[in-house]
Amino acid sequence: MDTELVGQRVVLRTDRRPDDATLVDDFTPELVDVGAHHLCPGCGEPIAIRSAVECIAELGAVERTISVFGIGCYTAFSNNLDIEVLQALHGRAPSLATGVKRMRPDALVLTVQGDGDMVNEGLQEVLHAAARGENITCVLLNNGVFGETGGHITSTTVLGQRTKNTLDGRDAERDGYPILIGDLIASMGGTAYAARGAVNDAGNVARTRRMLAAAFATQERGEGFSFVEILTMCPTGWFIETQESPDYLADVIAGTHQIGVLKGGDVPKGDR
Amino acid sequence: MTLTRGTVVIDREACKGCDLCIDACPPRVLEMTTTVVNTIGHRFPLLIAPGCTGCKACSQICPDFCFQVYKFDEPKEIPWPVD
Ligand SMILES: Cc1ncc(C[n+]2csc(CCOP(=O)(O)OP(=O)(O)O)c2C)c(N)n1
Ligand code: SF4
Ligand code: SF4
Ligand code: SF4
Ligand SMILES: [Mg+2]
Repeated sequence: MDTELVGQRVVLRTDRRPDDATLVDDFTPELVDVGAHHLCPGCGEPIAIRSAVECIAELGAVERTISVFGIGCYTAFSNNLDIEVLQALHGRAPSLATGVKRMRPDALVLTVQGDGDMVNEGLQEVLHAAARGENITCVLLNNGVFGETGGHITSTTVLGQRTKNTLDGRDAERDGYPILIGDLIASMGGTAYAARGAVNDAGNVARTRRMLAAAFATQERGEGFSFVEILTMCPTGWFIETQESPDYLADVIAGTHQIGVLKGGDVPKGDR
Repeated sequence: MTLTRGTVVIDREACKGCDLCIDACPPRVLEMTTTVVNTIGHRFPLLIAPGCTGCKACSQICPDFCFQVYKFDEPKEIPWPVD
């Protein structure tokens, strides 16, 4: 392999494709039209959405997927995607998705919401959709902050977590306790599948992808409501360095919102 | 000598310098620049030694889609260090 000099350092060249090798992962997957976006350095949301669209492509469901987006930083990223996107009012995506699925039962219908959108602005929407056993898949990008509006505390912010309002950590006496939304949804009769993943390392990204695949399979079999919560890094809202954010997620956020399959599913036993 | 099974193409100009790929790389063959930055002012990763396995950890963790990952048809022995 050729080398080049960058600064004072001799390194292997990474500016052109090798001619004796096979491409195994492209810059952007099939359903991401453009890679460039305005989300912050180190944001976990594009990583999670990449996993979701890769799953949809693997399923061969590209032409019949209809997504419904909530309002948060991820909303801007929906412009980069080559799937149908409907924009819901803040917190209302599960209700809009209910209508879509009932009118188009052959479509693969998913929502993408943040914790502020789902658990603060529109908690009743997702709970009622789960209780009704709507045959849709709701995906929650949980970073424990209202990221887009400046990193304020949400209903999923864990005790001790830094946010703009709680720079020294959420305090139960002052701020109350977090809602463990994945566990709440798993406890509901209409929920067929619920799981909580994360994107803080490559192992968890792969595991989350299997959870998304299991949730979509649940919907395709018509078994009822499916839910995948994905813990995502928000270094900007957590007021920490980007390189510290994966460990912060593992130590602080996932200490309370524990990663694993919460209900049902065809994920191998090792992943429970 | 370490066998090299894969390699990456890096879109330096798309990088926002977040460092996530560095810790994600199991054989630790990626390292950020220290003095050189791209045109939007961010440091970016370099492939600093042989030993890439083509595992895709970097491409799957990068929020800004900066990696293409390749697997060599035959694993290689790359002489290292070079002068
Ligand atoms: C009805 C209404 N209230 C408030 C807002 C302002 N607002 C926009 S995004 C947002 C927070 C979203 O937080 P979250 O869903 O957690 O997404 P994140 O930005 O963290 O990804 C808020 C409160 C709005 N757009 N509409
Ligand atoms: S504020 Fe947080 S969630 Fe929003 S783009 Fe920045 S890192 Fe991502
Ligand atoms: S493909 Fe794997 S081994 Fe190669 S640079 Fe990326 S993370 Fe490192
Ligand atoms: S993960 Fe991507 S954006 Fe972040 S430093 Fe590595 S190449 Fe740059
Ligand atoms: Mg949020």
